Amino acid sequence: MAQVIVVTSGKGGVGKTTTSAALATGLAQRGKKTVVIDFDVGLRNLDLIMGVERRVVFDIVNVIQGEARLSQALIRDKRVENLSILPASQTRDKDALTKEGVAEIIEELGKDFDYILCDSPAGIEKGALLALYFADQAIIVTNPEVSSVRDSDRILGVLQSKSKRAEEKREKVKEHLLVTRYDAGRVERGEMLKLEDVREILAIPLLGVIPESESVLKASNTGTPVIMDAESVAGQAYKDAVGRFLGDELPHRFLDPEKKPGILKRLFGGRAA
Amino acid sequence: MSWLDFFRSTRKPEPAAASASAAKERLQIVLAHERIGRTREDFLPRLQQELVAVVARYVAIDPGKVNVNLDRGGDLSTLAIEIELPGPKAAVRTPAAAR
Repeated sequence: MAQVIVVTSGKGGVGKTTTSAALATGLAQRGKKTVVIDFDVGLRNLDLIMGVERRVVFDIVNVIQGEARLSQALIRDKRVENLSILPASQTRDKDALTKEGVAEIIEELGKDFDYILCDSPAGIEKGALLALYFADQAIIVTNPEVSSVRDSDRILGVLQSKSKRAEEKREKVKEHLLVTRYDAGRVERGEMLKLEDVREILAIPLLGVIPESESVLKASNTGTPVIMDAESVAGQAYKDAVGRFLGDELPHRFLDPEKKPGILKRLFGGRAA
Repeated sequence: MSWLDFFRSTRKPEPAAASASAAKERLQIVLAHERIGRTREDFLPRLQQELVAVVARYVAIDPGKVNVNLDRGGDLSTLAIEIELPGPKAAVRTPAAAR
């Protein structure tokens, strides 16, 4: 049986699509047959982040409305084997998604794929509710910032009450915390919530910490999932997160500021420390 | 004070800049309340309405002169409802007040 994973956050702009693209690519690199679905109807962006925007012919709404077959709408990634993308519609509104339609798509994808990633839109409206409804596992993308943590807590509540698993009173959706845009320097200066604070408040298992990194913008500029940039700290952190998701035991990295001795320190040795 | 101290002080974090602890405290309080609200509906608007309605049964009050203040704290929350009652002149004309 395929595992359905929702990447969600409540708040916008915290890195859901960046994360969906990176994790889907990472899972495929590890040999798992993976499909990633964009649920943000009307504001699709996963295609751009994945670099397949010029290959979109049909989308999820076309499939739901019977205008195209699922196999026609799926875009196979050219860089990584085992990876497919199902884009959202850019022209329709969110009402074009129906629970029955999404259920059929997920059932059909489940026959061919190991992992079905659902990239949720922001908010807790229809698109976001449908993205999380069928989830077996949830990745909660959170920035170390008050509004993001609050919205993550809210979306955890929604998962526990409005998902299919909750409605059917089955075992609850497995939750993972992914802290993104973590700036260890600002944390050290007391300007940003510590990882431990976020963990304590949300109280769900930690999948990974993605450090704030210039490589994320560079990756989106070129349409290359950041996980493919093996040099970058963000890419490495995503790779670790994929490993942990698949059961590897890896220590969390990039939690301390990079130690670059400043010119003063070098001049005065230990005295200025 | 040696001139070196000038460089030294710039390397220490300013205590005033440590806003992260304020963020944590505020989050813990607001989430504690929101998590309670998840399991039952928000009763405050109805509570206010009913309280005001009860007072209005005995005293003619101006709905514009009702002030509701809520302060959600960590251990203790207070709901203060301040209802301005009309002066004796206005009260006399209601049968309930004229014995």
